[in-house]
Amino acid sequence: MKKFLSFFAKIDKSEQGKQYLVLFNFIKIRITHSRREAFIGYIFIGIWIIGFLWLTVYPLFMSLIYSFANVTIPGGQGVRIEFNGFQNYIDILNDFQFLSALQSFVIQLLLYLPLAIIISMMIAILLNQKIKMRGFFRSIFFLPVIIASGPIMATLFGSGERAGLLNQTLNEEVPMLLQSFLPEFLSEFVTGMYAHLIVILWFSGVQIILFLAGLQKINKEIYEAASIDGASPWESFWKITLPSLKPIILVSAIYTIVMLSTFPNNRVLFRINVVRQSSFGDASALSWVYSLVVALFLGIVSFILLYERKAKEKKVNMEVKR
Amino acid sequence: MKKDYKASMNKVRRFLVGMHFTDGFIFKFIIYFLLIIVGFVYVYPLLVMGSFSLMSLEDLVNPMVSQIPTELYFQNYADAWRALDYIKVFFQSLVVTLLPAIIQTFVASLIGYGFARFEFPLKKMWMLLVLLTYLIPPQVFIIPRFILYNDLGLLNNVGAILLPTIFGQGLNSAIFILIFYQFYKMIPKALDEAAQIDGANRSFIYFKIAIPLSIPSFITTFLFSFVWQWNETYQAFIFLGDGWQTLQTRLAIFVSASQGNQVTVIEAAQNEAQAMAGNLLILLPMLIVYFILQRWFIEGVDKSGLTGE
Repeated sequence: MKKFLSFFAKIDKSEQGKQYLVLFNFIKIRITHSRREAFIGYIFIGIWIIGFLWLTVYPLFMSLIYSFANVTIPGGQGVRIEFNGFQNYIDILNDFQFLSALQSFVIQLLLYLPLAIIISMMIAILLNQKIKMRGFFRSIFFLPVIIASGPIMATLFGSGERAGLLNQTLNEEVPMLLQSFLPEFLSEFVTGMYAHLIVILWFSGVQIILFLAGLQKINKEIYEAASIDGASPWESFWKITLPSLKPIILVSAIYTIVMLSTFPNNRVLFRINVVRQSSFGDASALSWVYSLVVALFLGIVSFILLYERKAKEKKVNMEVKR
Repeated sequence: MKKDYKASMNKVRRFLVGMHFTDGFIFKFIIYFLLIIVGFVYVYPLLVMGSFSLMSLEDLVNPMVSQIPTELYFQNYADAWRALDYIKVFFQSLVVTLLPAIIQTFVASLIGYGFARFEFPLKKMWMLLVLLTYLIPPQVFIIPRFILYNDLGLLNNVGAILLPTIFGQGLNSAIFILIFYQFYKMIPKALDEAAQIDGANRSFIYFKIAIPLSIPSFITTFLFSFVWQWNETYQAFIFLGDGWQTLQTRLAIFVSASQGNQVTVIEAAQNEAQAMAGNLLILLPMLIVYFILQRWFIEGVDKSGLTGE
């Protein structure tokens, strides 16, 4: 048995103390320290690579194929694929429900993304001040992370035709209150923004925590030095706080996009789920179009935020060279 | 007289504005005001759910009662309890929450350790791909995975959730891998080298040195994984279906069923109240876990590098 195994792989020691791994009595690989390290490293992450190829790359590839085909499962076992070219993608152009859902998703993203980041940064800065009952506030602000699940968010914000709890109460009562003491054009604007603001607040639990963690990493002495030099809190926010939070802005922007795009009461996903029940091919095409839109957003956002940093680094390098 | 006036004015100003604005009363007042308003937005739905779920039929119909029920009425909870089949479904939920959370924590630690401790070719590429798995919307691969699980016979049972978790492709696995990666990078390599000189091999170092050091990361990862798995509905709906209902899917089915045969306004209101009670019954375990272990949730984010720099 040992002889049989040694045909596939064995370790040879030469006179100079060098070790060789011999495969099939033919391929000789010298065992060096770095090669052994690499081998052990691949053992550690191997389980992820297998899973990635089997459960992510292969399904991605298959869904790309399905999106160009008519997929049926005859008799519940095995898949029959009949290619029909771009027919599924042409069908999308006639799917007004999907297109309108996608349009409103894009508008929602454009509106929510900057607001969510600004609001969560502001709240984090508030929480980072010297205040009493900080722990209490922090545990309340963490609540959305704990309880935000599909059915519960559906109860709060409504799904499909059903109005949500927050829409019913807050969105009717508070605007009425506002109308009583604000001029009309202002109250209209505020009520318009109001419903969105509540949703944004509910979506920004994790981002607040991210910003808070970032704020606590900033060295307090920098602020002291700045205030001795006569900087107002306003100035030190723009010159110290904001630049140090740049990396976290990128992380929470990505987080916001991913969260908004995968959240269960997203109307686009609702439509994809409906289509999936009748046709796998059409649903695959829809989800590819949808994920391309999301990827486009992710790409643009990370390009903008990373490009600025790169440009700045270049500038610093130039100055150092001079 | 004039001096007195000036001194008191100064005192008032010192009180309102403080030495450099940030320690004055105005600033403090604005901060507390904003914090309380935003905190209210988070707590308000829970309060409304609570009061709504305690309303009896008379309270629901009575237009005079809008917020606070006239008496404590627990029948809605009893109905929701029965509709959810709470005890049985709770344990089913617990299985598909606890098992994946434990497995995910260990697998993420293993993979994170591999990335943080070893140099190997294509490491940058694999890291990038780990991040990419977080960004891909699950809708893209859900259909082929559905067919794959169908062929493997994993549909409608726990296997459909466990299989991707074991291979590091579970819910938000990429984030957890990153947490462990960040943490293991912080442990000095000299520690490993010292152990190696003393004759420890790699697996010994991982199990006896790295894991004990990273207990805080383990706890944070486990808690977040636990909460996210509990709140997960999308994959639970598709892969578990009727074969292995969770509280979340059961409630969603209950809500949509009661919407289907609404007859009167009163019945609709009653169904709403029962749905609220059901929601609170689902929230309750997580709220208890959160309020007992909140230190680990919040500090964990600071310490474990969830910020991903």
